[in-house]
Amino acid sequence: MRLLDQLHFNGQLFLRHRVRTVLLLLAVGLGVASVIMLTSLGEGARRYVDREFSALGNQLLIILPGRKETTGGAPPIYGAAPRDLTLEDAQALERLPAVRAVAPVIAGTAPVSRGSRSREVIVLGSTSAIFQVRKMDVAQGKILPERARSEALAVCVLGSKLKLELFGNRRAIGEWVRAGDRRMRVIGVLEERGESLGLDLRDMIIVPVRTAEQMFNSPGLFRVLLELDANADFDRVEDRVRGVIRERHEGEDDVTLISQDSMLAAFNNILTTLTLAIAAIAAVSLLVAGILIMNISLISVSQRRREIGLLKALGGSSRQVRQLFLGESLLLVSLGSVAGVAVAWVAVLVVARLWPAFPLAPPWWSVPAAVATALLSGLVFSLIPARRAAALDPVLAMRGQDL
Amino acid sequence: MIELQDVNKTYLVGESPLRALRDVNITIDAGEYLSVMGPSGSGKSTLLNMVGLLDRPDSGSYRLEGTATEELGEEARARLRADYVGFIFQAFHLINRLTTLENVELPMMLAGISPKKRRQSALGVLEQVGLADRAGHRPNQLSGGQLQRVAIARAIVMKPRILLADEPTGNLDQASGAEVVEVLENLNREGITLLVVTHDAQLGKRARRRIRMVDGQIESDTGDGNAPAGSTAL
Repeated sequence: MRLLDQLHFNGQLFLRHRVRTVLLLLAVGLGVASVIMLTSLGEGARRYVDREFSALGNQLLIILPGRKETTGGAPPIYGAAPRDLTLEDAQALERLPAVRAVAPVIAGTAPVSRGSRSREVIVLGSTSAIFQVRKMDVAQGKILPERARSEALAVCVLGSKLKLELFGNRRAIGEWVRAGDRRMRVIGVLEERGESLGLDLRDMIIVPVRTAEQMFNSPGLFRVLLELDANADFDRVEDRVRGVIRERHEGEDDVTLISQDSMLAAFNNILTTLTLAIAAIAAVSLLVAGILIMNISLISVSQRRREIGLLKALGGSSRQVRQLFLGESLLLVSLGSVAGVAVAWVAVLVVARLWPAFPLAPPWWSVPAAVATALLSGLVFSLIPARRAAALDPVLAMRGQDL
Repeated sequence: MIELQDVNKTYLVGESPLRALRDVNITIDAGEYLSVMGPSGSGKSTLLNMVGLLDRPDSGSYRLEGTATEELGEEARARLRADYVGFIFQAFHLINRLTTLENVELPMMLAGISPKKRRQSALGVLEQVGLADRAGHRPNQLSGGQLQRVAIARAIVMKPRILLADEPTGNLDQASGAEVVEVLENLNREGITLLVVTHDAQLGKRARRRIRMVDGQIESDTGDGNAPAGSTAL
């Protein structure tokens, strides 16, 4: 039997049983579409994180107070420090070779108000180096002055959203705001930029590190960010950093170092695993579609007993009958897969249009994997019905009797 | 040339075995016209299915055109069936979703013959049974007699040597039955071997060679299948 004839024969069957065919196409299509769309979400998350990290530049080293023994997994965010990481430690690190900039960070939250308007926001105490390290810039005014390294100046830089909340469209530079119990002058407004490493840069205030130290009454740094030379060797820098800390901390290098690469690798790992897990869950729907195909094929075989008997009487072999039934399922699954891929593709495009910030995209393997799973499931689950059809005794089948 | 030797076939009907064929010996030459008659359950349909390779004997041998069929596998038997045997059933067994032409083309499609050649042959045999103008109709648009003629066209489209008809007029009225019998007998006159299984004594008597079966055995066989056709009016 020719392939084209078989396709035609199966096609006529589909036209004859439209409802059944549409239902099966829907089941397969939805399965394929859900695999592709869900893996797109996972892949989108991975790309999002990837993009966020590379926006910072690659040569970033983060030092956290306290030692954390970590063997893979997520990096420690807060460490319970036996000894604080101090501003002096940070300043000592500046003298290391291959270190381009050191930004000490004290973080906390405080109400920031002007007149009757008040907001509770994140306060970041740092130096002018933070702007270089985190690739931030001001849209209006100036960044923190050099003197902010060591003096508790009463100045601040506002995030763009915070500025809008407090000042509306009026000029903010040179005006006074109250942060916690202190008054400080606004010297700059950050340019508009979305989140960075989970921190909403639009809704925060940056003050000199000494000022933050007094506000939160704590000498300990939240963390220290180092920007290294483009060709710096991380391991060597890490050794030197530990050396400096040991010298200053009575022989203990009680800090945790996180390089951007290791963090990125960890996130990548987690998100790729997550994407695969999502894909596996979505693939269950293809399994269900396969079982549906099996059920309906079994019904179809018993409904078409006479036809199967006839095909055999007309010279069709068992192999041909089996092929007809397998081909029917495979054709159905192929059509359903095409529909599913099309639906997923449109959905991804629509979502990308609605939320351009989220880089939604199917990973390269998701379409072939979804289609292959669908085909495999269709094939496996139609083996039994096809075998049953092929084994029908033509004489009894044509009499319409049970076997 | 059909040669059955000591063919036995037993079916299990529920718990008890039913001997459908007992030591059947029969030789049918090319071009014969024979009828098989007998009461229900006498094994005449089994004999027909055996000859048509739809059934396998439990014991005994069946040679079709010199080939020992009992040694062949399913594939080879299907091929032999496609090449040598045409079936006609009481219930027509046309596929409703296919047009007349597609129904007639079906055996050729299974055999993998090209669409162009198929169309030509199918139209040719439809012409032969007088239904060339119904090629595009579907079975539900045709009368019983027309349906059976389509089924005959389908049976002969592969140019078989043997035509096996199981109660070909069983579902038809007198007039349509007569038409169908005429078509079948014309085909026999052109050289095809025609084997008709029937309850209808009138139809049975028309055959040149008449076999009567009882309890799976051949009770009588006139054995002169190549004598002039019976002249009894239907």
